Amino acid sequence: MAEQYLPERQSPLGPEYHPGSHGNFEHGVDVILSEMRPGTILQLAAWPGEERQLIEIIGKVTGLALPDGAGGGVSSGARAAFGFAPGKFTVVDEAEGLAAAFAGAITPAIGTLTDLSHGRTAIRIAGPRAEWVMAKFFAIDFALPAFPLGAGRSTNHHDVFAQIQRTGADQFDIYVFRSFARSFWKALCHASEEVGYEVQ
Amino acid sequence: MLITCPYCGPRDVIEFTYQGDGNRQRPQPASQNLDAWNAYVYDRLNPAGDHNEIWQHSGGCRAHLRVVRNTVTHEILSTEFARGGHKTESRS
Repeated sequence: MAEQYLPERQSPLGPEYHPGSHGNFEHGVDVILSEMRPGTILQLAAWPGEERQLIEIIGKVTGLALPDGAGGGVSSGARAAFGFAPGKFTVVDEAEGLAAAFAGAITPAIGTLTDLSHGRTAIRIAGPRAEWVMAKFFAIDFALPAFPLGAGRSTNHHDVFAQIQRTGADQFDIYVFRSFARSFWKALCHASEEVGYEVQ
Repeated sequence: MLITCPYCGPRDVIEFTYQGDGNRQRPQPASQNLDAWNAYVYDRLNPAGDHNEIWQHSGGCRAHLRVVRNTVTHEILSTEFARGGHKTESRS
């Protein structure tokens, strides 16, 4: 079988990505920042009335049981999915090529599929002070009861649009536009200095 | 000022964009009725009180919303999808 040739993706964080401990970490590192670099980031949208059918398709293709309801989501290691707007979902996979699996399943009568793998940058913030740092950026409630595990939120930080999924009790995955990613990353690093952060 | 998006919940007004008066009745595109077009473009109620408005949650889920806002107190009395469907009472 011929090997599929795919261009190597460059990280937009480039020269601003400095692995290691930074900031006020003498008493420990309270957040860990990393770029996730998933192979696939998809946006799926259902026409009005077709939402449940799209949720079913997401389940069949990815194996993720996506809960119905505003901002409902699920993550399971390599794959994640969440609703970010009425009838619209973000689906993420560590591997490339998930768009092809959906292409036959989402018919024009059900909705649309947009491959944003090269258009979004995924940043993960984890650690005991992750909620604290996130709350400095976004005016939404990050407490676990208000923002449950797996759920997604759409919001923005100074016009940098962000989709956020909670993938752990103290872990969030943030999807930002690639063109804003380096600026957002620098801001995130500055905001994490006071608690001590490690870039992995 | 908080606006309760039917999808996202209560969010700061900074995430929203005002899309205009919600009372406007757009004439049929082929309409030759100049009075109707004039009313659509220019006539506004400008009430001191409850006002029907269209807002977009442009910094969030990007849904268009039908909002009733009190122009005196800025209280948001109700929000719903402009397309229809889910309605929430304000918590603001």
